[in-house]
Amino acid sequence: MDRRKLEENFFKGVMIASTVSILLTLVLILWTVVCKGLPYLDWNMVTQAPKSGFYLGKEGGVLNAILGSLCITGGATLLAIMVSLPVVLYLNVYAKKGSRLTYVTRFAFDVLWGIPSIVYGAFGFTLMLFFGMGVSLLGGIITVAFLIFPIMSRSMDEVIRMMPRELLQASYALGATRFETAFKVVVRQTLPGITTAVLIAFGRGIGDAASLIFTAGFTDALPSSLSRPAASLPLAIFFQFGTPTPEVQGRAFASALILTIMILVISILSRFLTKKLTKNVVR
Amino acid sequence: MNTKSHICVQNLNVFYGKDHALKDISVEIPDKKITVIIGPSGCGKTTLLRSFNRLIDDIDGVKVSGKVLVDGENIMDPKAEVTHIRRKMGLLSQKPYPLPMSIYDNIAYGPRLNGERNKKKLDRIVEHFLRTASLWDEVKVKLHGPASNLSVGQQQRLCLARGLAVGPEIILGDEPTSALDPRSSQHIEQRFLELKEHYTIILVTHILRQAKRLADYVLFLYNGQIIEHGPAKEIFENPKQAMTRDYIFGVIS
Repeated sequence: MDRRKLEENFFKGVMIASTVSILLTLVLILWTVVCKGLPYLDWNMVTQAPKSGFYLGKEGGVLNAILGSLCITGGATLLAIMVSLPVVLYLNVYAKKGSRLTYVTRFAFDVLWGIPSIVYGAFGFTLMLFFGMGVSLLGGIITVAFLIFPIMSRSMDEVIRMMPRELLQASYALGATRFETAFKVVVRQTLPGITTAVLIAFGRGIGDAASLIFTAGFTDALPSSLSRPAASLPLAIFFQFGTPTPEVQGRAFASALILTIMILVISILSRFLTKKLTKNVVR
Repeated sequence: MNTKSHICVQNLNVFYGKDHALKDISVEIPDKKITVIIGPSGCGKTTLLRSFNRLIDDIDGVKVSGKVLVDGENIMDPKAEVTHIRRKMGLLSQKPYPLPMSIYDNIAYGPRLNGERNKKKLDRIVEHFLRTASLWDEVKVKLHGPASNLSVGQQQRLCLARGLAVGPEIILGDEPTSALDPRSSQHIEQRFLELKEHYTIILVTHILRQAKRLADYVLFLYNGQIIEHGPAKEIFENPKQAMTRDYIFGVIS
């Protein structure tokens, strides 16, 4: 066999091996979570808040954390969309192509993306002190919004940048303003990408524990007010793992399973919805 | 200044950064005729065409001096309202870009921006302009299907209909047949010949034979300058400048 063919086969092998190992890792993680969590997953886990002695292996569930996580991440995602979309549309529709401002903004996103979430937590905490807020659901929402904003913006930016410039020009040529073009053409055309960006950000937000320790805190009560502390699944998992009781550690896996299922359901649902909305996308 | 024609260019200069793309262009475009801009690649044909509806605004580092008068209004004036200028012109680009919506909504896009909400009127507009672009029979059963499912040739006719639906007096074509197969190209050319009765048409093309088939008036551009312009017959049969002759007979390309 000649050298080029050998080369070809070698790299093909490397690629297949990488792909398989990624898939295998995913399967192994899911397998671990399902095997260890499923025996402890019962109806009480998802319908009850922790009762006294829950962390010692007594009755209760993690409804507080499920609802808390949904409130925090849902709120943060909405907040982040409200800031990301205008920023990204500005970068791609209003700002001139290749201008200094767009370069600096994109660079800033990349830097912000890399900052560890515990730093966002500390930053959020400082901000809350400044405004005289206590540990609260609102504090958590704002901090997670900060955390996922660069992720969401950069991912949206990446898809909107791929859009052919001529599509914008086609709309301008028909007498549309930039605003009309942004919302009637750009958002429609890139909706699948925008959804993916939102999902990536949501997934990152709902899985983060460090940013919430100082900001949303933790409570056994269900979330009831923006100014009260709120529980979250990652922290619930963390606290349950921290106990010596095997029963409670098992419930930690069950909580992890719940978190995984939630992300899965939300991804599938939103993909299904965008598919219905985007039959007109130009390919 | 006499401004009988729709478009009148006076001392237009366009710079891309340091690159002097158009040099002191002055020309009057005759009404209700097909004016064809010819010239080798990179000579500024597209830039000239796109300055007519100010689509060059979009490019970073672009600088413009001089005037482009459309119906007597200088559109290069920073105070000029650009959307109303663009409504006076339909644009066909090299590759058709249908908007990400249904065939019907593509045509209705412009009228809707203009505030037309009446469903019956929109229906009439859509049918009328699809017929003008001779696309109606092919798409009447799938008006609400996605425009991106049409063939490229059909898409270009859709873009023509979409442009016409805004109610322009001028049609700009930037090598509008370059992505099309011969049959579709012929189809589009035929439309132009019909439309010149009512519209002022300006085309950029690098296909000389197409220019000969369509042109009433010809601009020959070389290196950002107008070398020669005049009625098609004169330019093609008896060019005055040596460079024009060379281009037309294929010495430079």
